[in-house]
Amino acid sequence: MNDRTPREDASAAFDPAEQVNPIGGPTVDAGTLPPWFLRAVVGASALIALAVLLATGSLTIVLFFVITAVIALPTAYIWSRVVEGRRQAMDRLVTLGIVAAFFIAVAPLLSVLYEVIKRGTARLDGSFFTESARGVIGAGGGAQHAIVGTLVITGVATLISVPIGIMAAVYLNEYGKGRLRKALTFFVDVMTGIPSIVAGLFAYALFAAFLGPGIRLGIIGSVALTVLMIPIVIRSAEEILKIVPDHLREAAYALGTPKWKVVTRIVLPTALAGLVTGVMLAIARVIGETAPLLVTTGVIDSVNTNPLSGRMQNLAVYAYSEYKDPGVDVQASYDKAWTAALTLILLVMILSLLARWIYRRYGTDLRDTR
Amino acid sequence: MPETADKTTTDRNAALATDLAKTAKASKGRPDKVDRVSKRFSVKDVNLFYGDFQAVQDVTMTIEPNQVTALIGSSGCGKTTMLRSLNRMHELTPGATVEGEVSLDDQNIYAPNVDPVDVRRLVGMVFQAPNPFPTMTAYENVAAGLTLNRRGLSKSEKDDIVEKSLRGAHLWDEVKDRLDRKGSALSGGQQQRLCIARAIAVEPEVLLMDEPCSALDPVATLAVEDLIDDLKNRYTIVIVTHNMQQAARTSDVTAFFNLETSGQPGRLVEMDATDKMFTTPSKKETEDYVSGRFG
Repeated sequence: MNDRTPREDASAAFDPAEQVNPIGGPTVDAGTLPPWFLRAVVGASALIALAVLLATGSLTIVLFFVITAVIALPTAYIWSRVVEGRRQAMDRLVTLGIVAAFFIAVAPLLSVLYEVIKRGTARLDGSFFTESARGVIGAGGGAQHAIVGTLVITGVATLISVPIGIMAAVYLNEYGKGRLRKALTFFVDVMTGIPSIVAGLFAYALFAAFLGPGIRLGIIGSVALTVLMIPIVIRSAEEILKIVPDHLREAAYALGTPKWKVVTRIVLPTALAGLVTGVMLAIARVIGETAPLLVTTGVIDSVNTNPLSGRMQNLAVYAYSEYKDPGVDVQASYDKAWTAALTLILLVMILSLLARWIYRRYGTDLRDTR
Repeated sequence: MPETADKTTTDRNAALATDLAKTAKASKGRPDKVDRVSKRFSVKDVNLFYGDFQAVQDVTMTIEPNQVTALIGSSGCGKTTMLRSLNRMHELTPGATVEGEVSLDDQNIYAPNVDPVDVRRLVGMVFQAPNPFPTMTAYENVAAGLTLNRRGLSKSEKDDIVEKSLRGAHLWDEVKDRLDRKGSALSGGQQQRLCIARAIAVEPEVLLMDEPCSALDPVATLAVEDLIDDLKNRYTIVIVTHNMQQAARTSDVTAFFNLETSGQPGRLVEMDATDKMFTTPSKKETEDYVSGRFG
């Protein structure tokens, strides 16, 4: 056995002592740290950070992440450098750096969630969903009117923007060509950047021109949201239509199918799940709008389900007004504002989950068919 | 040293040519008796463009009914473009234009009063990669041409056509229990035959095939080639292929396209009976190509 080198006999027993670095450097059996090394360092750093913050009484999520990172990064680097060498140490440092960047990026999000859940659960009870704020000046009452208003205003906005948005995307992707197409794409991009208050003022001005100044209606809010939603729907629908492979269109044409049928019977069904997902995300984007609704739908304390008559409350404006003009029991009003915020977050979360589920359940795997 | 190499190459080429010639002789030629007489294509002085770029120059040829015509030639010589101009798919590419005349029997399909949609109902097409509609079941895929473009078919009429087409595509026995499953769940070779079934379900006159076997394994390829031989009883078939063995095996007539250099338009070099093309072609260019001495 001894007279054979591994090079001559690949099946010879592997002996690290015999291994020589092929480029003539030192042997490769440098020290190694156990696989749980990074986790241990981060865990220990987190404990130290927690202890320090508790001792000084200034515990916040962001600070916790930052201090953990500040301790863990140099510790891991120096330790690894001493035991494993320079290249490994750099690898560990960058790995930790990326993880730290991720946590610092999500820290504000977690912080917001934590705060909203902590303060919002105080009034998260049945009466919040079944009672309005009509005649309530102190504790008690609910946000039924605001929830109904949010659903009606956003629902009407969706009914208006989805057909317009999808048809516009079909035009841009299937029919449009040349300069007109480019110009429209440009304007859609510009529309995506419109500040929401501008959309609100535009919708208000439009209706005020016909119905007189000071008009407040649910439908005006819907129109304002439509202005914000249409570009999002167009954009997402266009992206989805773009990835419907051309060979499916050609297969349909080759059967002697006219273009409008190719679009309605082949392209749109193939893209359906993606379109629905895009719409859901567009709804999630506008459902929490405050400014445009404040100027268009007004503030009211009772339930109104008719978008064509009278003012209409919604969750974002409700939270805002409970905070700005609290009732006799200030804390009770603040609690309701937080619960409204929590309800909004839950609504958005449900929409996002629904979008994901629809995509998984009904999505056509377009990668497969490419 | 180079001499020996040359010699082996020549030997190998000669052997290959003999092989191809044998296969070609074995092909059956035009069937004596056909189930249905299909239509003849006459292509006259056709020039095809993509914007300013000319892809095909001055092609004149006749494609006989109930025969398999193979278009062969190196990549980029315009044979696929030529094929796509036969059912007006070429013009779907933005900027693509056509000059000249393509007639199906006596009707010029590029005449101003002709609707390309009607042309495509007469001239079906099978593509390089199998492309069943992913939202539809196997059954719905075969019936797609009917549901999309023909109204008032009863369920039982549709069932009959689907079964007939699947039998015609040699696929019925393999999928008859899986008709309600997604077409994309079938194997690649089955998907391609499903696409052929979909194309013949609308009873076209001509079937264009753009490298129908290039995405298939040898077994599936053989299945499709058998099918092609069968289909010429009812259809005129034009097939584009990179595989000369396949051209020799399946076709009755072969057309060879070539281009001088890249960037130049492709032209039709020669068109003749397949066995002649692979044994005694009249042009040196063709001989070089079919024996593997191109370039």
